[in-house]
Amino acid sequence: MNDEAENRTELELIAAILGGQKHLYHALVRPVEKKIFMVVLAYVHNPSDAEDIVQEAFLDGYRHLASFRGEARFSSWITTIALNKARARMKRSAAHAEVSLDDAGDEDRAPAVSPALLRDWREIPSEALERNEVRTLIRQAVSELPESYRTVFVLRELEELSGEETAAALGISLALVKVRLHRARIQLQKTLAPALRSATEPHRKNRWPSWS
Amino acid sequence: MELNCRHVWEFLSGYLDDTLDAAVREDVERHLAHCEVCSAILDSTRNILVLTADDRVFELPVGFSDRLHARLNELIGEEPASPDMTRPDPT
Repeated sequence: MNDEAENRTELELIAAILGGQKHLYHALVRPVEKKIFMVVLAYVHNPSDAEDIVQEAFLDGYRHLASFRGEARFSSWITTIALNKARARMKRSAAHAEVSLDDAGDEDRAPAVSPALLRDWREIPSEALERNEVRTLIRQAVSELPESYRTVFVLRELEELSGEETAAALGISLALVKVRLHRARIQLQKTLAPALRSATEPHRKNRWPSWS
Repeated sequence: MELNCRHVWEFLSGYLDDTLDAAVREDVERHLAHCEVCSAILDSTRNILVLTADDRVFELPVGFSDRLHARLNELIGEEPASPDMTRPDPT
């Protein structure tokens, strides 16, 4: 959009849109559209369904903008709208008829996962993400998380919602958000610590200490 | 309280989010000070979370943003943003 729009706060933008500068809605949407897509994709898995849902959520957001209270951030308000749409769509889908994502799944009763044990850790700089192989490893590890962990993880870590906002968006308790986030993080450490170390230090020999 | 490694792993997420009680946090820190395994687990977890949240990891489908804003344009051209919004767009 333009610099002027970017410098306004969310509430100022919303007031301007409701006051008639309708085109400013694009500026409200742009900074959050990617995060909302990630959240919905984590929920429905199918990029094409996720895109439809995100479009509909932002269209609804525009239609009902006057009812936005400003108590939450715009992104968490849209997230709630989008996740309601995602739930409705999955309920209609026969494949997911038996699944309610907000129930405590079997994974919540499963024993805690242990992290990968390491003797030391050399920081992997973010420049490593320039390599497609590294990005793929991370995406794969996130996609392999159990569904209920993944949704919480994406809301907390990628969309950067607070614990309370995440609980509200998913209709679960804050305690359950914390448990699922913890398990998601440990699971990712277990999968990714060895994988990323191998991928970023291919020539490292003698990985294990010698006992002689 | 003397924590063993498994206890510390259970507190890892709370430690990263700084939501532990002060006493527990102190116990965790005391353990981390002498346990290289738990320190490495903490460092690697923190590092992995930073990498995972990086914008470069997850990409939008090609044309996603164009399609979204084209649909928004269709709506914005047609309907008022709220029922009481009757003034014309000044721009």
